[in-house]
Amino acid sequence: MTQTVEPQVESTSEDQTKHQPLGVYTRPKGGNGWRDWVTTVDHKKIGVLYGAAALFFFLIGGIEALLIRLQLATPNGTVLGADMYNQMFTMHGVTMVFLVIMPLAAAFANYLLPLQIGARDVAFPRLNALSFWVFLAGGLFLNTAWLFGDAPDGGWFGYAPNTGIVFSPGNGMDFYAIGLQITGIASLVSAMNLIVTVLNMRAPGMTLFKMPVFTWMILVVQFLLVFAVPVITVALFLLLFDRNFGSNFFNPVMGADPLLWQHLFWIFGHPEVYILILPSFGIISEVIPTFSRKPIFGYPFMVFSGIAIGFMGWGVWAHHMFVSGIGPISVAAFSLSTMFIAVPTGVKILNWMATMWGGKLLFNTPMLFATGVVSMFTVGGLSGVTHAVAPADTQQTDTYYIVAHFHYVIFGGALLGIFAGFYFWWPKVFGHMLGEKLGKLNFWLMLIGFNLTFGPMHILGLQGMSRRIHTYSPGFGFELWNMVETIGSFIIGLGVLFFLINIYVSAKKAKGQPPIGPDPWDARSLEWITPNPTPIHNFDEVPNIEELDDFWHRKYGKDENGKIVRIASAEEVCQDGSATDTHLPSPSYWPLVLALGFPFIGYGLIYSLWLCVPGGIMILMSIYAWAFEPPDDPEGNHGDHHEDTTGEVAEEVSVD
Amino acid sequence: MTENEHSVGTGVSNNKLLMWVFLGSECLLFGGLISTYLIYRSRFADGPAPGDIFDIPFTSVSSFVLLMSSLTMVLSLSSLQRGDYRNTRLWLLTTALLGALFIGGQVYEFTTFLREGLGYSTSPFSSAFFTLTGFHGVHVSIGIVMLMSLYVSSMRGNLKRESSETLEIVGLYWHFVDVVWIFIFTVIYLVPSPTS
Repeated sequence: MTQTVEPQVESTSEDQTKHQPLGVYTRPKGGNGWRDWVTTVDHKKIGVLYGAAALFFFLIGGIEALLIRLQLATPNGTVLGADMYNQMFTMHGVTMVFLVIMPLAAAFANYLLPLQIGARDVAFPRLNALSFWVFLAGGLFLNTAWLFGDAPDGGWFGYAPNTGIVFSPGNGMDFYAIGLQITGIASLVSAMNLIVTVLNMRAPGMTLFKMPVFTWMILVVQFLLVFAVPVITVALFLLLFDRNFGSNFFNPVMGADPLLWQHLFWIFGHPEVYILILPSFGIISEVIPTFSRKPIFGYPFMVFSGIAIGFMGWGVWAHHMFVSGIGPISVAAFSLSTMFIAVPTGVKILNWMATMWGGKLLFNTPMLFATGVVSMFTVGGLSGVTHAVAPADTQQTDTYYIVAHFHYVIFGGALLGIFAGFYFWWPKVFGHMLGEKLGKLNFWLMLIGFNLTFGPMHILGLQGMSRRIHTYSPGFGFELWNMVETIGSFIIGLGVLFFLINIYVSAKKAKGQPPIGPDPWDARSLEWITPNPTPIHNFDEVPNIEELDDFWHRKYGKDENGKIVRIASAEEVCQDGSATDTHLPSPSYWPLVLALGFPFIGYGLIYSLWLCVPGGIMILMSIYAWAFEPPDDPEGNHGDHHEDTTGEVAEEVSVD
Repeated sequence: MTENEHSVGTGVSNNKLLMWVFLGSECLLFGGLISTYLIYRSRFADGPAPGDIFDIPFTSVSSFVLLMSSLTMVLSLSSLQRGDYRNTRLWLLTTALLGALFIGGQVYEFTTFLREGLGYSTSPFSSAFFTLTGFHGVHVSIGIVMLMSLYVSSMRGNLKRESSETLEIVGLYWHFVDVVWIFIFTVIYLVPSPTS
């Protein structure tokens, strides 16, 4: 696929294209209607699209969770049957992991990463749009399984041989395999794009160790994605071939190894865990210093511990398999590596606390959520270390103790961090604050509901309640805590509802008002040097970076006694967004059209191979159209040329 | 490209860096497939065993053909960098033809195996063998499509000396696919295979 190398074209959107109607070799006009959103290549709009789509899937996944909790509220529940229950918990897991947490992280990464490094856009704006549309196509494809009456039911980890054609004859696991394959393409493309962006497009003077911690964590995550996604790609292909073309990868009758899937899945799956959590670590590493009025404690330690987690995350996968019979030596080795990985994570937690220590703490909503992460993730981290102790893990495997653990890290760690990010960067994105009162209500309801829901699961798990079983009999002592959990889950639901109300109310209040002034939080990193909301061209002038937290250093200096004093107001430091002569990439239809080809191929593989034909044609045609698309406004004078790079098609499309 | 504005960049152009990152990712894709093959090479159920069925001299010749295509790829790039468009196209075409010859050899090998009773569903070994070599074959084929696209582009006068990086990037992909084949050839054919 060819790429617009740099944002280089006209900014005033009316003349972004040749004024010809929809044709292969023209690029769409900019504008403000829906067409602008579907053709946009602006990293900020794509970030907002990612956020909106992920929130939509969050509601679906949340409703699935509430149905699960309703079924389990009382013994011998009858809300869902066993089969429906299996589909429900599978889709809940798949949705929350692949369609909520990952894209929400992508939303923040897309919006903020170019701003934090002082770039006008990502390195490959059209690939960026492609990532989003492919993700959306994959997510919708996966969820249409409900409409066909046959959703995946083999757990989010889809263990083969259980998910093979013999034990799962329906189409559900095909939707799983193909849907995740499609979203995998999206993650991979996005990861490659962001890596190139960070490595090549930083503002002058911004060396790697002057990048904000958030940018660093996102960079680590992209590397994890680049190397982890192909492994699950292999696993999903093998499963798909087994199910549809009669191969024998997971067929023990023919001598296949029943552990092959588990190994492949968890070699992807454990780095995936860090893919979920590190963005949140990045977010709160921005929020905590801002609201503690102190720089982050031990910046190099924060960065290096993130990198260490990235490396060590590859050496712990078999701790998901302690009871699969992998042998005592493997178990001992993976026990040790799992205990070791707690060290860099502990370093981070201590550094956040040291950042807060002695700071002038302001408990605005973002800070509340951030402290929620520090405390709740610690609980989840500690229960995680108990899994590293293999004999204890043997007791915990497949019980609610595990469910408690991973909800404490993914909900308590990742999701609360993402909410901190929502409240913190909302003014950056939309030009108005989210309400503090509703925000605090949102936080406390979520925190209390979360602990009521998942705290008792530790107890139930140790009492022996199995996960993935659709009901339980009375008399085991499970009744009380299950009821508490169900009540807790609805309190979470209420908290989320208040978040949605907050979005609506604050938008309504802000209507007709001028956007909020610059730098509402007295923040530290570079994105705040631009006005709120961020203008389409990001920076009037790309700043020269001299220090870590350069933006903060422009506002504060030391007086003759070495005391830190304010030297400039936000108005003086921040840009006003008035530049008009900046060059931006033109929008394009092709990312959307290309992405739409994938569901056709997916349905084709399941229902009729003929459907693959239009899908394949759409993809091929889009790749060539993409390559031949004029790089930007033909009237604009810019000497760039465009090359193929992704290994799918190679066309020289110089139109100068 | 504007690296000069960004003194803190890598000095490698965005496009080339993207290809390098992509190839890094591909390593894990083939790594997963090669590992799967290694686990399954001795699990041939009632079907033919790898040691009984491989024709090492034949595959050595087709491997040699593929390796030579890396040479012609380099010759094509060097012609383009000198501004010699005629030879650029000549070597591009040669590279694509050598790649196609390799694919032809693979098709011949597959059909021979099929006749000898090694189908895709015969055993875990057969599934792993066809999947690994098949994935590689698809990669070579995509490479051929890219080469031919560049060829057409050059015919139309669009592949200029100044933009030789395009060819270089496609070359990176092509060489990578060759290098992967060296691993696959070693693992599948050269390491002594189990016989029945």
